[in-house]
Parts: sequence; structure tokens; C-alpha cells
Amino acid sequence: MPELSYREAVRDALSRAMRQDDDVFVMGEDIAEMGGSMGVTQGMVDEFGPERVRNTPISEIALAGAAIGAAIQGMRPVAEIMYEDFLTLATEQIINQAAKHRYMSGGQVTVPVTFRTQGGAGWSPGAQHAQQLEAWFVHIPGLKVVFPSTPTDVRGLLWSAIYDDNPVVFFEHRTLYGIKEDVPEELEPIPIGKARVHREGEDVTVIATGRLVHESLKAAEEAEQDGISVEVVDPRTLQPLDEEALVASVKKTNRCVVAHEAVTRMGFGAEVAAVIQYQAFDWLDAPIERVGAKFTPLPFAPIMEEWCVPHAKDVVEAIRRTVGRDGD
Amino acid sequence: MAKVEQERGTLSSEQLREFFREMLLIRRFEEKVEERFRAGELPGFLHVAIGQEAVAVGVVRALEDGDVIASTHRAHGHTLAKGTTPNELMAELYGKMEGCSHGYGGSMHLYDIERGNLGANAVVGGGLPQITGAALAFKLRGEERVAVAFFGDGATNIGSFHEALNLAQLWKVPALFVLEDNKWAESTPEIQHSPIRDLSKRAEAFGMTAMKVDGQDVEEVYKATKRALEHARSGKGPVFLHVDTYRLSGHYIGDPQVYRSKEEQRDVREHHDPLPPLRARLELSDEELEELDAEVQEIVEASVDFAKAGTDPKPEDALKNVYA
Repeated sequence: MPELSYREAVRDALSRAMRQDDDVFVMGEDIAEMGGSMGVTQGMVDEFGPERVRNTPISEIALAGAAIGAAIQGMRPVAEIMYEDFLTLATEQIINQAAKHRYMSGGQVTVPVTFRTQGGAGWSPGAQHAQQLEAWFVHIPGLKVVFPSTPTDVRGLLWSAIYDDNPVVFFEHRTLYGIKEDVPEELEPIPIGKARVHREGEDVTVIATGRLVHESLKAAEEAEQDGISVEVVDPRTLQPLDEEALVASVKKTNRCVVAHEAVTRMGFGAEVAAVIQYQAFDWLDAPIERVGAKFTPLPFAPIMEEWCVPHAKDVVEAIRRTVGRDGD
Repeated sequence: MAKVEQERGTLSSEQLREFFREMLLIRRFEEKVEERFRAGELPGFLHVAIGQEAVAVGVVRALEDGDVIASTHRAHGHTLAKGTTPNELMAELYGKMEGCSHGYGGSMHLYDIERGNLGANAVVGGGLPQITGAALAFKLRGEERVAVAFFGDGATNIGSFHEALNLAQLWKVPALFVLEDNKWAESTPEIQHSPIRDLSKRAEAFGMTAMKVDGQDVEEVYKATKRALEHARSGKGPVFLHVDTYRLSGHYIGDPQVYRSKEEQRDVREHHDPLPPLRARLELSDEELEELDAEVQEIVEASVDFAKAGTDPKPEDALKNVYA
């Protein structure tokens, strides 16, 4: 089994799809010779050439719109939006156009486009280069939203996103690019809409996404030392959401914490909490706890940034509150 | 203006007469739409392109099979010219399943993918980047097809326009950008929305070949489009076609046009309607005109009957077609 980093796993999925299928191509800012600002597409222009590893101007409306237009003609473009923050510039095309063409046409149009993007705090870029905006896109009918947290998941899910006939917004987390994992020789597609149980437990379910999956696994180990058995579940796909898996886990543990790096208020965790309370109300022994960032733009000074976004200790505290061991 | 090769051939009087018939059909169709809207039969927000029929017919008749268009909120004419039947279009305006968007779109979201209509767009400039992308797909696949975007002068101020043209020219994709310059962005005159008077300079700034044509003369529009398409199809890159036209009505049906003097409204109707000069050129007698008019009015009436007899969607059909 080869060991791949999260970054290499993304590249592997892109390259394999491009080798087998002329209709797949990638486009984005600085993705050719430079290999993308995160190095994800490094070396790909040498293998596939500049027509298929296509540098674009800094022009997110045209970049997103051109990808949509090519997708409607039957190609499967993967557009890289360098930072999630820059999705704001492309939202007209993604939200008003890509998400709605099929619907507005009464089912005539197919838009098999993938928008890859990344974000995440922990390196002090300030307020415009590390936001986590996934919740915005989950709110839009017609889009699928994927947010993988491991090399295996990012590879298998990106493959499925490319071959999905719907527009997919595919979130990667900046601080995960370097993590490594043994992955199968052959790429195994992971179906969109399936959660993954990372760790089984009996007392509390932590439903986490992105970087917080890893923080939650650390938190689970710490809680275990206090005798609290924690189950960690990563939905992996935010839309469609594997409600069944999440609800089943909470019905087993009777307690739930939702955790993401995005701002807590109106975050994805709010929707998860609503789903859980409605479908597992009678099973819950404690209020659902939410872990997320404070309600501020991201500050620059590392001391402030560190304080604003959640870490394992925040998840541990939330776990303890659900089992009534707060402040011990 | 960059020099593009001289015209290819001329139109026979039969072809021109056929163009006139189609323009008259679009005119009568839109007048009927206005009438049925005022009668309270049509829901939604409707915009007619009365006065701009020569643009729709001249441009679309010049296209080849396989070429695609993206339209605007003022889309009835483009849609009919691209081959959607009056029945399918009227049924859509009545919200029926038989409509060209099966009741999911309405006047501002008319689609007909089989006939190469990628859709009208209710966001000004929204279709332009996707036309660049469609043209990119044609180029990557080596297909000799052209993607055509319609838009108005108001759209030349929005970022989508500038980004789409820049990328199209940079990548030399086979696209045609048709500016229907009717001199009004909704209620705002061009003098208030653009600091320059010659909007084709905006395309020239990207190094794009620009052409200018009288949009009230269908033959001129047709010939100019043919030249533009030849340029785009031969791999020389996109073309900007600046069409000078007139909107004889308000921005939307029911628009009292408080922003436009009665004199101007009268003036454009008297001097810039594309139909009377074409009729004169074709030397149609009163009888011939009446016969033609009766024929198209019958088609329009039949489309209303077809639409009214159409199938209403079930409320829960609203949940279909969200995902493929």
C-alpha cells in the first residue's frame, strides 16, 4: 500500500481521472507551472500539458462560469478556487447558475462541474485567506458539498465528485495537506453521502468535519482517560447528509457534540443539531453541544487566531459538559 | 472597427420574406403576451423585446446546426428564432408541463437544449462566462461550433462581461458576443450608465475583433453575423458584434416608462420599428401583408389555446429536477 499525503491524494485522483478521460481537465489560478498555491497540481502540466492543466487569469467569475459552460457541453472540468474566501467572487456563477440550470430547465441541463477549494486557520493570514464557508453552500439546493478529512477520503470522494452529474463544491483543509496515510493501490471511489465512523464509542458521539475530525480524535483519547467512551463520526459529505448514520450513532451514545472550524453561529453544526434533536429527541440525555469558531472575522495576531478557532481541548470540554462532568 | 472579411452572398427575396414573417410572428407573439399578462392570465415578471426582432432573427438565422446561444431576461424572440415552437414557449409562460422549461423556468428562464438554447438568464451578464466555457469545450474537442451570447448595453458594466470577454479573447475560443444596444439599462439611459458612447471599445480593449451593425435591418444583421461566425469558427478567436437597436416598449410589461418622454416613445415607434421598412423593401401589398399577418396571428392564437389546455404541474413536482 502506497503512502500518500492528503495533497498527493487529491493530485492522484485528478491525474487518474485525466488519464482515463479526455473530458476531465483542471483550471485555476497559478495551477500550471507553479502547481497551485497549495502545490496540489504540481507536475501535472508536464504530464497533461497546458490545455488540460489550464492557468487562468485572476478572474473567479470567468473561471467558475467557463467551467460551468464547458460542463454543460458534457465535459467534466475541475475548477480550483485558490482560497475559499475567493468563492465569494464566484458565487453568482455557482449559486445562481450552476446550482439552478437543471431545475430552471425542467431537467434538461446537466452540470457535472467540480469546484475544488481550500481554507482553514492556523497560519495567521488574517481575515481574508482562511475562512470556512461550507455552510453557505449547503444552504443552496442543487449543489452537493463535500469536505473530506483524510487522504483516503479525499481521493475517493474527489473521484466521485468529478463523476457526479451535479455541481459539487469540494472543500479541502489547508492544514491537512501534509497528513499521510497508507491508501490502497487502486483508487476506490467513495460514494457521496456516506458518513465514516472513525472511532467507536459508547458515551458521546462527536460529529466533526475537516480539521476538527483530527482534533476530535485527540479529544476522544483524552476523554477516554477520564473513562468517557467517545465515538467520532465524520459526515464527509455535507450535502447530501448521511442523517441515518449520524442519528444511529447518537441513539447508541445518547449524547452529541458537533464540531467544525467555521464560526459556530449558523454553522453547519446548527443543522446537524437540528437533525439530531428531531430524529433522536427521546434518546438524548443532554443538550447537544456545539464547537466552532468565535463570532469574529479571523484576527491576524497568532495569539488571537489560536484563541478564536476550536482545538481538541474545546471538544474535550464540550464532551465533559454532555456527561455532566464540567468544571472538575 | 477591425476589418473583417466582406459579406458572403446575399439573401434572396424569398429568404428575406421568410425573415419578415418570423419577425412578424415574434412581434405578434409578444403583443399577445402583453395582452394576456394585462388580462391577468400570466404570472411572473415579463419583458418583451418589441423593436428588437431583427436582431434575434438576423443573428439566429445565420447560425449553423450545433451552434448554441445563451439569452437574457428579454428572451422570447431569441427563443422562437432558435426553433422553440410558439406552443412550447406560450405553454411555459402559462406555467405548464408542456412548456419549454416544463413550468420550472418561466419567461426569464427559457431553455431548449436540444435546439441549442442554453437558457435565458435573469442575472444581467450571467450567461456570458458560460458561453466562454461552452466555446472552450468546442475548442478542446475540436468541434467547429460557435457559442453565442446575447446581452444588452446595461450588461457591459458588470464584471461578468469583462471577465468573460477577457478570457474568451485570451484563449481564442469560438464565441460570438452580441451586444443588443437598445440604449436603456432597465430605466437608466446609456448616458447615465456608461462613461463612453461607443461600447464596442470595451471589446477592443481586450484585443477582440469588433463589428458594428444596424440592428433594425435584418439583412445587415444576418450578413454581419455570418462574417463574425466565419471568423470565430475558423479559429481566429471570438467576435464582438455591436448591434444598434431600439426597445419600443418599457423595460417590463406594465412599465409606465416615467423615465422616458412621450415624444421619445412616439419617435422610436415611428422611426425605428424594423418591420415597416422591411415590408416596403419587400413591396408587400396590403393584401399580402394581411394574409401573412392573419397566418401568424392564427399561430399565436393557437399557442394560447395550446397553453391553456396544457397540464398543470402538481405542487410536489417542485421537488423534482433539483439534482441529476
